[in-house]
Amino acid sequence: MSVTTHVPENVSAKKSFANSTFIRVLRYTAVRLLTLFVTVVIGVYLTILIANMGGFVDQIIKTQIRDSITQSVASNQTYLQMEPALRKQLIEERIALEEKRRGLDTPIAVRNARYLVNALKLDLGRAINMTSDSGSKQVRLILLERLPATLLLMGSSQLFLFFSSVFIALNLSRNYGNFWDKLTIALSPSSAVPPWFYGIFLILIFASGLKVLPFGGMVSAPPPLNKLDYALSVLKHLTLPGLSLILSSFFLSVYNYRTFFLIYSSEDYVDMARAKGLHAKDIERRYILRPTLPNIITNFALLIISLWTGALFTETVFLWPGLGRTLFQAIGQYDTPIIVGSTIIYAYLLAMTVFILNFVYALVDPRVKIGE
Amino acid sequence: MLNNLRSSLQKILLYPSAIVGVLVILLLVIVSIYTMVTIPYSQAIAMWRGGEEVWYQNPKFAPPAWINFFSTKKYSESFAVSTTNAEIQKTVIPVERGVSTIEMVYEFEFESDVYPQDLLLYFNSSFDQKQPFISIELITPDERTIRVANFAIGNKFTYRFAQDDKLRAKLRTDKVIPALFSLPESDVPLKGIYKLVITGSTFEPDSIIDAEFVFHGQVFGWAGTDHARRDLSLPLLWGVPVALAFGLMAAIGTSVMTMIIAAIATWYGGWVDELIQRITEINLVLPFFALLIMIGTFYSRSIWVILGATILLSIFTGGILAFRAVFLQVKQSMYIEAAKAYGASNMRIIFKYLIPRMIPLLIPGLVQSVPAFVFLEASLAVIGLGDPVLPTWGKIIQDANSNGALYKGYYYWVLEPAVLLIITGLAFAVLGFALDRIFNPKLRDV
Repeated sequence: MSVTTHVPENVSAKKSFANSTFIRVLRYTAVRLLTLFVTVVIGVYLTILIANMGGFVDQIIKTQIRDSITQSVASNQTYLQMEPALRKQLIEERIALEEKRRGLDTPIAVRNARYLVNALKLDLGRAINMTSDSGSKQVRLILLERLPATLLLMGSSQLFLFFSSVFIALNLSRNYGNFWDKLTIALSPSSAVPPWFYGIFLILIFASGLKVLPFGGMVSAPPPLNKLDYALSVLKHLTLPGLSLILSSFFLSVYNYRTFFLIYSSEDYVDMARAKGLHAKDIERRYILRPTLPNIITNFALLIISLWTGALFTETVFLWPGLGRTLFQAIGQYDTPIIVGSTIIYAYLLAMTVFILNFVYALVDPRVKIGE
Repeated sequence: MLNNLRSSLQKILLYPSAIVGVLVILLLVIVSIYTMVTIPYSQAIAMWRGGEEVWYQNPKFAPPAWINFFSTKKYSESFAVSTTNAEIQKTVIPVERGVSTIEMVYEFEFESDVYPQDLLLYFNSSFDQKQPFISIELITPDERTIRVANFAIGNKFTYRFAQDDKLRAKLRTDKVIPALFSLPESDVPLKGIYKLVITGSTFEPDSIIDAEFVFHGQVFGWAGTDHARRDLSLPLLWGVPVALAFGLMAAIGTSVMTMIIAAIATWYGGWVDELIQRITEINLVLPFFALLIMIGTFYSRSIWVILGATILLSIFTGGILAFRAVFLQVKQSMYIEAAKAYGASNMRIIFKYLIPRMIPLLIPGLVQSVPAFVFLEASLAVIGLGDPVLPTWGKIIQDANSNGALYKGYYYWVLEPAVLLIITGLAFAVLGFALDRIFNPKLRDV
């Protein structure tokens, strides 16, 4: 995925008054905020619609309620003596009560609108079926409880991936064409394979074959009481999912950055700088890295917000208790509030990032002027 | 234009990895055609969803037979023989007044270091009133005769050696099969020629007996079997056309639609362009995997529905912006001016002049996106959202995972589909990578 950013062409160096610059930036900010907000509203509303499948999910939940209440009344000894008609009435009353509790008696359109407004206000509400490990049904608490696990897994692997690939790519672009460079090019198609797939192989080798690392989960059971042992146990469980996330993007990521740096280092002004006899270090910092900065910052920003979504498939394969797996479980249990809660936070994070990036571009690249 | 394309494609020959990729893709296409011809769709699905009645001849959890090449221990192969196919010798000896003796003899070689899983006999008989009677003996290589069982049979009768309590008592052990296949007081399998002798007695003139002997060894076929005794060669073979169809259709659908929409947006400009950019931003907010999983869970797990949803969600992504940037340049070209001047219609310009210019840019991206879609189908199957009827590679991995294959050491079960997925994915990735370097002038020298 990439982000829409309008980088205007080289702006003529007209002098503008500070006042008009201020109005221009202000107007741009207002328009941009408004369009981003509308984008978020539409995106979240679409997600709500799909999460309810146009009322289809209601049908499923209603059938579930009817089944479970009929079952519980039928299996209750005290109701056995009751007259059938009376018992039927009791069942119907209980079903109506339960449907009211879940809010199924209000029309779907009203509920969708209510979901949307609450979500936009970040009032995430209560989950339908899922509970947090501490027993709460608050969506906010459920998501917050899973957040550290995802941050640990995604954060460690993605940050490692980012810094190592930029660093290695710079090294490769300095002496491209050597053995390591060719090896990276040859291995870059390996990223066609998704992380969970590497995960299966890693499980096969390290968990099943060598029996040195655990199959899945986040900490051994029962969890160690000692803090140090606990940390070590988490680290052990983190190794395989983290490694599979890194493996599946590493070579392509290095290749992309390397190619990117090479394209920028073949510009005329770089040749010019070389001809002037500048130090290789200075050329790299001022003539190659500087113009690539907006792109690198974009990638980094998108990486940071991708931490929120977690790695759905990898977390599922490794039974890692993170946000991605929670989202998957929520879908399986028709838990719309959690799906919507997860989406709205991602949408806000993304919109905020896109908004801030516009200003960051203007800061790091003097050719870019906001709102022109 | 076309010559250009052709000469570009000829450059593929400079990339050995791309040639390998092309060959692998060709091989996969040939295998798909072979599979669809030899195992028609309806038959494949009936077999895949079939239970014990279809697959009773196969052992459970049996690795493929070729592991014998790599293993120091030799595993016994499974087989099934029957009197109806004349693999078991059947001789009928009339005795008197409608009573006759039917002798069924089968000799088989047992040369492995591991005991078989089970032996089974399936009897079919026809009679009016008097049930035929069967007695079974096994003659071991050291000439011992083990009297296995005697019983009367109905029209259909199944005898399982390992589950016969009388035989257990007679052999004084719980493990019948090891006791039958080794010397007394020894716990290594006895190799040699075993002879199964089934003697049947019928008590009516027209009464007949047919028997089928099923030997559940430790290995099976070239692909092995799963928890439901299904031969894995079926889903492995059928996985090829499914993966190719899903990957190619999703890739072609996505990139062609993206290109057409980008062309229309840039050509008309104005609010059309603005609208398409806004849709792209909205699509960015939507959680892709979550939406696919929701559609799979709530609505339909059919591969066609998932394919449609995948294409729809993949059209308005970064790709459309990349195409848009190039179209904006092409729009300014002289030949477009010329087309406008002679009065070409909008559609004519879009489809005859704008889009053909993009094909060189389209192809590498298209080929490179195939693996992602192939793996997407497998990913969805692995978390339990695969097509409910189709046998696919992802379904095998899901079955294996949910039966703890990695935990219990049934590695073949995961590795076979995994290796096929990787080969398919890498073939397209390698080819697309080479095409990208050929068609993308910026990459040519770096």
